[in-house]
Amino acid sequence: MALILNLIVQGAQMALVLLLAPLLTGVVRLMKARLMGRRGPSPLQPYRDLLRLTRKEAVLAENASWLFRTAPYLVFAMIWVAASLIPTFATGLIFSWSADLIAIVALLGSARFFLALAGMDIGTSFGGIGSSREMMIASLAEPAMLMIVFTVSLVAGSTQLSTVAAFMQGPDVGLRVSLALALIGLVIVAIAENARIPVDNPATHLELTMVHEAMVLEYSGRHLAMIEAASALKLLLYVSLIACLFAPFGMATAAAGPVAYAAGALAYGGKLLGGGLLLALFETSIAKMRVFRVPEFLGVALMLGLLGLVLLFVTRSL
Amino acid sequence: MAEAARDLVRFLSVAGGRLVAAHKPWPRYTLDLAGWRKLAQTLADVPHWALIDLWAEPDQAHAALRDEISGAIAIASLACADRRFPALSPARPAADRLERAMRDLFGLDAEGAKDRRAWLDHGRWPVGGDHAKERYEFLPVEGEGLHVIPVGPVHAGIIEPGYFRFTASGETVVRLEQRLGFVHKGIEGLMAGRSVAEAAKFASRVSGDSAVAHSLAFARAVEAALGVEAPPRAHHLRALMAELERVANHLGDFGAILNDVSFPLMHAHCGALREKTLRAADAAFGHRLMMDRVVPGGVARDIDPAALPALRALIAELRRIMPRLAHIYDEKTSIQDRTVTTGVVSAAQVNRFAAGGFVGRAAGRGFDARKSVPYPPYDALAFDVPVLTEGDVNARVWIRIREIEQSLGLIEQIVDRLPDGKISVEIPVATGEGAALVEGFRGEVFASVKIDGQGRVVRARPRDPSWLQWPLLEAAILDNIVADFPVCNKSFNCSYSGHDL
Repeated sequence: MALILNLIVQGAQMALVLLLAPLLTGVVRLMKARLMGRRGPSPLQPYRDLLRLTRKEAVLAENASWLFRTAPYLVFAMIWVAASLIPTFATGLIFSWSADLIAIVALLGSARFFLALAGMDIGTSFGGIGSSREMMIASLAEPAMLMIVFTVSLVAGSTQLSTVAAFMQGPDVGLRVSLALALIGLVIVAIAENARIPVDNPATHLELTMVHEAMVLEYSGRHLAMIEAASALKLLLYVSLIACLFAPFGMATAAAGPVAYAAGALAYGGKLLGGGLLLALFETSIAKMRVFRVPEFLGVALMLGLLGLVLLFVTRSL
Repeated sequence: MAEAARDLVRFLSVAGGRLVAAHKPWPRYTLDLAGWRKLAQTLADVPHWALIDLWAEPDQAHAALRDEISGAIAIASLACADRRFPALSPARPAADRLERAMRDLFGLDAEGAKDRRAWLDHGRWPVGGDHAKERYEFLPVEGEGLHVIPVGPVHAGIIEPGYFRFTASGETVVRLEQRLGFVHKGIEGLMAGRSVAEAAKFASRVSGDSAVAHSLAFARAVEAALGVEAPPRAHHLRALMAELERVANHLGDFGAILNDVSFPLMHAHCGALREKTLRAADAAFGHRLMMDRVVPGGVARDIDPAALPALRALIAELRRIMPRLAHIYDEKTSIQDRTVTTGVVSAAQVNRFAAGGFVGRAAGRGFDARKSVPYPPYDALAFDVPVLTEGDVNARVWIRIREIEQSLGLIEQIVDRLPDGKISVEIPVATGEGAALVEGFRGEVFASVKIDGQGRVVRARPRDPSWLQWPLLEAAILDNIVADFPVCNKSFNCSYSGHDL
């Protein structure tokens, strides 16, 4: 009985991230529109867009290989799994043993790998440009992400997210410079990974400036729906990850019961809203940087991660 | 060469030129073949003779030139007996596309031109030339690790079609080659044979964002040809429309340039201000773009007196908000990082192509038809022509900001001292030839017109400033990164429609 209940809770978590992801994207868009003085679309618009795309015909290039057709599903599955591994409203769920930070980084890396391959599959110049730019960004974002993971897990003593979140909730954390550095680094990585301003512009129509969008330019119909859903999930994933690591308050503990779960879910909703607002504010106040400035920007994240790590060792040995 | 021979008008008169008395207001000389050859050679030695336009009639080639030192404008013509004329493009690279268009549209062959490819004719016209049926060969680029990025002709945004072929080494552009002509509408052909009033409607539609500028240039050319002068009130209303058009377009460009560096906040604000300007134009003249409001002889419609307070309110609002927007633009390092030193056009390049508008004025060429070839009512109004020397995207943005300020001052002066009286005069039915140069928001718009005895247009030529600016965009993007092309392109904002005719 307990197993079934645990499975239900875990299932609820998986469904929750999937259902909430388009809403978060919609809310960020709405907030950005309001900040610019526009009325903006309803926050439910991404759901409508996804529905519309699934109903549309998928147009494929004649020379598209199986890879091009399967990549959207692969990418969606990997990012969904990664997103559902992150504790959102409760820690210690039944699959939490697998919610390893390194596993999440690996899942995201694999998803990107397949998408970049698919971008080059048809052989159009924009796909190639997008893939090459995306890999350039990834080659800097991934090491930075790992540095941050190491910093956090060294502090918490585990790479398992549930354990880390439980530790962060506990009284032993205190104020640590390393963690602050890791937080800033993670935010930079999150902006780059989600193709947000100033690294990329998710709303642009200018093919030549695109990174992520150029890579998926040839997709349409249900394939595009999968990719759009995956992008929304990825944004949710990063906001959840930052919330789970650095703002774990309000999270229910394992088997805490429905009331605690509900409170946890409410807190989670608040965190998403806060994260979305901060993102919208940041994106409205800054212009996109030149493509060649992105390595410097991500280099900062890498250095912050490294610095946090070094600092940790130095303070330990004292 | 003797100093006297460097004077354009002197040169044309001594080079065997026969003055065509009917042409107004600038002299037109008919040269013989030897005289035109001499002109083509002399152009290479005299850099200050700016080529304004080069256009054809079925059996004639015309070149409008301006002596940048004396300020004199003159037109040279050549009767092309065997449908050939010596090319001017070896001396003036800006003539290259004009000559190719002459061959496409009138079958006149430019002898000695390096580029023999079709330009506007893509081989799909039922009446097109055979030379356009051949495969279009893009310029070859050779080198290690170069790759070609074809963009267009249909683009993702709501913009006009044009094909851009980038050759890049990694992210750096080594060559950009444009191919235009996708929106050729046959405007020149449609204007020929129509009455002056009908042709004016086509002139208004050469390029939608320059409706006032093109119809004004056409109207002034017709008035020059027929020897009539629009009444003072019409002059002021025309200038009012032209300045409203300038303000609206500069606002739109300012926002769009910043949208291309992903700073949509400014785009939203500028979009709202542009909309208010267009609504004020609608309230004052009954059309947002003021199409068909400027007609030969005057203006088609008087200003609605009820709109005057709205215009004053618009000026007050723009004066209040523009400094704030300019301040945001100036203060944001993330924006400055994208616009400063991006897409540089040198002073030598703009002078070589005689490019006007913000492209020329951002790179030190201070030509502005309102000051350099003054026409009423600007000769009686106070305004400055802002000039910068950097030639980058940032300079082109600042020229626009400064010009908006100047235009607001002009609108204010016009509204304050709008003379009473008639708004148009009757256009006589007579033969005549005329030309005019007026300042649109993009730069100087040139128009030439020839009218027969029945009041019909024999040949009308609207020359958009984009003809001289498009080629410079190819130069501006060199050694920039591919991803900076959209912002460079937007800072030029050349017209496709005005160029493709």
